[in-house]
Amino acid sequence: MIEVQHLSKQFDGEWVLRELSTTFEAGRTNLIIGRSGSGKTVLMKCLVGLLTPDSGRVLYDGRDFFALPKKQLVSLRKEMGVLFQGAALFDAMNVLDNVLFPLRMFSPDGEAAQRDRAEECLARVGMADALHKMPAELSGGMQKRVGIARAIALRPRYLFCDEPTSGLDPTTARTIDELIHSITHETSITTVINTHDMESVRTIGETVLRLE
Amino acid sequence: MILQGLRRIGDWLLVMRRVLTRPQNGRLFRQRVVNDMLRLGVGSLPLVLIVSLAIGVLLVLQIVINFGYPWLPRFAIGYAAREVILLEFSTAIVCVILAGKVGSNIASEIGTMRVTQQIDALDVMGVNSASYVILPKVVAFVGFIPVINVVSVAAAFLGAWLLCWMGGALPPDTLLVGLRHSFLPWYVWSGLIKSIVFAFIISSVSAYEGYSVRGGSVEVGRASTNAVVYSSILILFADIILTSLLK
Repeated sequence: MIEVQHLSKQFDGEWVLRELSTTFEAGRTNLIIGRSGSGKTVLMKCLVGLLTPDSGRVLYDGRDFFALPKKQLVSLRKEMGVLFQGAALFDAMNVLDNVLFPLRMFSPDGEAAQRDRAEECLARVGMADALHKMPAELSGGMQKRVGIARAIALRPRYLFCDEPTSGLDPTTARTIDELIHSITHETSITTVINTHDMESVRTIGETVLRLE
Repeated sequence: MILQGLRRIGDWLLVMRRVLTRPQNGRLFRQRVVNDMLRLGVGSLPLVLIVSLAIGVLLVLQIVINFGYPWLPRFAIGYAAREVILLEFSTAIVCVILAGKVGSNIASEIGTMRVTQQIDALDVMGVNSASYVILPKVVAFVGFIPVINVVSVAAAFLGAWLLCWMGGALPPDTLLVGLRHSFLPWYVWSGLIKSIVFAFIISSVSAYEGYSVRGGSVEVGRASTNAVVYSSILILFADIILTSLLK
């Protein structure tokens, strides 16, 4: 469970988030919706630590993200998987190496076990046939799938998806939604999705936070 | 403007403090160093070879044309060419040229990683993105620059010798006498020290420019230009200081 307590963030004197408090439930698909400029992305960036809030706390199962010592913070980050809006795949690496990357950096497993895990994740998202393709050779939907595989490689407890269906055709968008939703329930992780896709809200939204 | 300059220097120091830390994964780090050495170092050799060869030819040609006084010993042409090549051309000038090639390459690569959120992806994974992205490039380029320096000196001497041998500007033996005249091995070491400092300037300043990009493709282009401009200016200033210190 992720608890947001009195979170505020401003840029150049203009408040984007002010005294925001909410809870993202474990094992559920939590959606953040709102019009453009409502602060969805800023909230997401504060949740994953890419932005530091001006005040307030973000608690990951009781652990205060912004007050943790460095070592524990690195440890907590390993429990987080993030799917970026543009997938953010490493363009110098092929699909397999992209998914292997977090495993190589942090997994204590041997090389064979890491490769097995990466292939398992890619198979889960339906990308088992594209191991040696480069990101530039993939469509937007395929890049998102690889991004999901990379995000779940370390078996995270928290999964964040920033606009996972943006730029995708409706059919692919629903497939990505279903994929994230089913992974959330299979592994009982806390999933937070930032979206403006109302179809996503209708089909997979279990908890919805609307930002004004 | 002064305040902005000081802020950038402070920011560069903060980034460098994150860069100069122990790599989180030694094996991946070594792989990246080798890749960057091949791309940034070995990939620069053809340019260095061509430019150095041409400068060796032009330098001797200019000295012969403009300083061919009857009272000047002919071997002094080789002597003067050696001093210029060893002390300035193969160190400072080659590094200014490489600031254009390597600096823009580093800045645009890292800048693109920034705007496509690849660096954000590293950060949220708990990877020290500054160290992961920048350190291998700095180590690779600083580590390879002595090779570039030696190749440049050798190519420039070869160019000078070819001009004498084929063009007849000077007897080749006289050129060799000049190249060996009053030779101090310290000049080679001083050139290497200068090159290493210049390589650090090119790689760290360019990487910082790329790493601190905010925005899109226009900013990546601007970072690439800034990398070349700032690196070149800093190399020339550092050259003045180092030449005074290493004399």
